[in-house]
Amino acid sequence: MKAQASAEQETATKTGADLLVEALIGQGVETLFGYPGGAVLPIYDAIYRAEGSFDHILPRHEQGAIHAAEGYARVSGKAGVVIGTSGPGATNLVTGIADAMMDSIPLVIFTGQVAKGVIGTDAFQESDIMGITTPITKHNYQVQEIEDLPRIVNEAFHIATTGRPGPVVVDIPKDISSTVYAKEVKSDFHLPGYQPTVKPNPLQVSKLHDALVEAKKPVVLAGSGVIHAGASEELKTFVQNYQLPVTTTLLGLGSYPGTCDLSLGMAGMHGTYSANTALYECDLLINIGSRFDDRLTGNLKHFAPNATIAHIDIDPAEIGKNIPTHIPIVSDAKAALEALNAKTVKGLHHKGWMDAISQNKIDYPLWHDQPDELIVPQWLMQKVYEYTGGEAVVTTDVGQHQMWAAQYYQFDRPNRWVTSGGLGTMGYGFPAAIGAQLADMNSTCVAVVGDGGFQMTLQELSVLQERRLPVKILIVNNQALGMVRQWQEKFYSERYSESIIDVQPDFVKLAESYQVPGYKIETQEELLEVLPKVLGDDQPAVIDCRVLQKENVYPMIAPGKGLHEMIGVKR
Amino acid sequence: MKRIVTATVHNRSGVLNRVTGLLAKRQFNIESISVGRTETEGVSKMTFVVEVEDDRKLEQLTKQLNKQIDVLKVSDITDKAIVARELAMVKVISNPQIRSEIQGIIEPFRASIIDVSKESVTVQVTGKSDKVDALIDLLRPYGIKELARTGLTAFTRGHQPQVAEFKSYSLLK
Repeated sequence: MKAQASAEQETATKTGADLLVEALIGQGVETLFGYPGGAVLPIYDAIYRAEGSFDHILPRHEQGAIHAAEGYARVSGKAGVVIGTSGPGATNLVTGIADAMMDSIPLVIFTGQVAKGVIGTDAFQESDIMGITTPITKHNYQVQEIEDLPRIVNEAFHIATTGRPGPVVVDIPKDISSTVYAKEVKSDFHLPGYQPTVKPNPLQVSKLHDALVEAKKPVVLAGSGVIHAGASEELKTFVQNYQLPVTTTLLGLGSYPGTCDLSLGMAGMHGTYSANTALYECDLLINIGSRFDDRLTGNLKHFAPNATIAHIDIDPAEIGKNIPTHIPIVSDAKAALEALNAKTVKGLHHKGWMDAISQNKIDYPLWHDQPDELIVPQWLMQKVYEYTGGEAVVTTDVGQHQMWAAQYYQFDRPNRWVTSGGLGTMGYGFPAAIGAQLADMNSTCVAVVGDGGFQMTLQELSVLQERRLPVKILIVNNQALGMVRQWQEKFYSERYSESIIDVQPDFVKLAESYQVPGYKIETQEELLEVLPKVLGDDQPAVIDCRVLQKENVYPMIAPGKGLHEMIGVKR
Repeated sequence: MKRIVTATVHNRSGVLNRVTGLLAKRQFNIESISVGRTETEGVSKMTFVVEVEDDRKLEQLTKQLNKQIDVLKVSDITDKAIVARELAMVKVISNPQIRSEIQGIIEPFRASIIDVSKESVTVQVTGKSDKVDALIDLLRPYGIKELARTGLTAFTRGHQPQVAEFKSYSLLK
């Protein structure tokens, strides 16, 4: 009796929030992105008391927090951790949650909730965040019992980071986080309904090997699955062994070095001629970790019409979803490539194909006009690439500037390219750059943003002011919502409905009001002078770079058209 | 095509919302759904009857369901040897004169009258959906005041005939 009593005394009294903090420390979490509020007061109190355990980043809007966490996750490879309060705090996170779901970014999001007793009564700052986030999360939890909390936290991290990564929401009622609990809690878990297949089926691997040896026109399509699996080295070996041309998706940029001879660059709506033609004409398409998004495939009828399709994906639901697949391999990309690399390769049959592809690369390169004085955005991207030696972390919003960055910045390494691909979120680039910079303090981090997107999340300049993070914000300023304007020009007879925005803040003064150096660049001469200096120093910067307004992204596959119907291939 | 899909799921709050929300998001048409507890504590079984265009859509449906963390197992049992039942209650307008007529109609269906009032009788019928449909069609001319169906619930028979057995009896080959 006596021994038992003393054992119980030894277990310190903790609140649910303390259990949460302990579990986060146990998961190796170092950086938190969050915003306090009523329902998370106990959690913020526990964070305060656990001083020194975390670097907590306070954005100025919850959307900033979650995009920063996405950028952090993308660059670090670890789960991004976000905290928001109930009601508006949680709903402000929704865009980022949906974004992370579409792009398979591992996030664990903790939302406060009103106390259990008042859930369902339309209490102050109550929202049904479980109902709201169920379709846009990999999984979500509402903690019902305090003793479940550590287990749920561990499950959430496991689910977010394994298999096909994705966001997991943990909703914590205020009474759970504030209640004192003195007993031992168990944190181990078993998830019988979640057992991702990570090893490939050897039979399918052999089938793919045989198909590769036989193929006359093979091509590899590398997606972000390669990056998530950390399989870039294996991909290089594979491509070298079989001598394959490689194209990547938007999110797959960097999975294979863009400057390699075998690289065709990005494929899809604004992909290169050589990449899209290879996809159209190939007789064997090996998709590694991409999901055949409509912006990649164009009209499905004309997508690789004569090809045997091999698809390596860790998510079985992606195989056969959009494109019928002949050789399905459900596996982690790394494991599948390792299995393929173990095969002996001899007698390949596609020399003629490689020659034709190389010729396409030479005959149909990316092109743009070059005026005498003013700046075209494509040239701007080339200069950014040049001045950062191709080593920077580049983040973007969505639109024209995103496509130009994707086309002209050659990524040779994975996890350097942070962009919103699936959801296409304006305002993503700048906060994502904050997270990316925190994950890699030694790299230059450039947020390539549009003048439209930047104004959606520019309040996060406060974070730069507070932390002196040397993020370089490069506003590709065409005083328009460029991609909308381009589509209006091409498909709506130049009726520029609400897409030309010539009233703007003075971005230089705006930056300076946050004590961030601001620069305005209007000519090529100014750019050559200012850009290398600014990209090279250790200060944050806002660079308002004025570019030609009516410039279009080419080449392009118009909506509903096939890969072989590109426009703007040549000047 | 109509398919019968079963899913065993963790009996947690929100799981029904998760599953139906998923089917709605991917634009699958649910004709009926029934849920109930199983022999295992904490595990429920859902039976869906869904209308899908083709095999690829069907494959997507089972794969998407399988992805859910709370879903333990998904089976399309349409082509298996199964037992499938649903229950319907039909309130039919009837005066005492035609009550026995109704009795005569429902008898071959092994349905029963479970409630009688001055103006109506309530018939309960159990069976496969087409049997239930047939009885409802027969009762319709009398005037149906109210109709409630549970949706199909099903599982596989204890013994599954081998696929080869079907082939050997085929008249077409």
